[in-house]
Amino acid sequence: MESFFKTAQTVPLNHYILLSAIIFAIGVIGVLIRRNAIVIFMSIELMLNAVNLLLTAFSVYRGDATGQVFVFFIMALAAAEVAVGLAIIVMIYRNTNSIDINVLNRLKW
Amino acid sequence: MSIFYFIAFLSILFAVLVISAKNPVHSILYLVLTFFTFTIQYILLNAQFVAIVNFIVYMGAILVLFLYTLMLINLNKNSEPMKTNLVKIAAVLGGGCLLVVVVAALKATGASDPVLFKDPNLGLVKNLGKVLFDEFLLPFEISSLLLLSAMVGAVLLATKDTKTA
Repeated sequence: MESFFKTAQTVPLNHYILLSAIIFAIGVIGVLIRRNAIVIFMSIELMLNAVNLLLTAFSVYRGDATGQVFVFFIMALAAAEVAVGLAIIVMIYRNTNSIDINVLNRLKW
Repeated sequence: MSIFYFIAFLSILFAVLVISAKNPVHSILYLVLTFFTFTIQYILLNAQFVAIVNFIVYMGAILVLFLYTLMLINLNKNSEPMKTNLVKIAAVLGGGCLLVVVVAALKATGASDPVLFKDPNLGLVKNLGKVLFDEFLLPFEISSLLLLSAMVGAVLLATKDTKTA
């Protein structure tokens, strides 16, 4: 077990930042290329998780537990966001019979 | 060391599959795998509390919520809306530009130290609980209010209005 954790100790911090940046960019691209509201929500979850991983890596790097407590709050926030967001999506589906976000263009100028 | 790069590769692979899968159910299943790779990353960082919470809350609760919503919304394969290729290329270029900017800023900072465990007990429940219930007691209580209001809001939004319908 001890040697297992030793493996992570040789990874530079920059590589964690790089991984999180790549996942975040994939999330951004997902929001831009899809029209299905649920898949857009999942892309947002990807972005939140990328930030969570980076906060945890920084927390371990600095030896400060605050970062991991912040990850806990972000997870609580994500749960609330998903519950309300999916309820709104269900309501949109009931009213328009579709979850295509291009249907929701009435606020567009 | 190589286990990090292998898991990172899997994370990126599954994340790309999440946004490229045509069927939304497949997207959700790939998202489960992506979150599982994140859990392994947390274990590698010895952040045990975050790993367990990620496993239970994200893979257990949030993804099940997604699947149930998808089940309520009866989608068939032909109705899956897709954007035009021009918009897709523009979106990938935009996201790629964001990535290039972040990576360029990262390059400017130069080489970094490896992530060492200064305190091996940092991510344990005992240690985090002490921080959470000491320094962050007020935000913790407020987050419970947030979850309560989110629950009430979700129930209110998703129930059919019996008066008007």
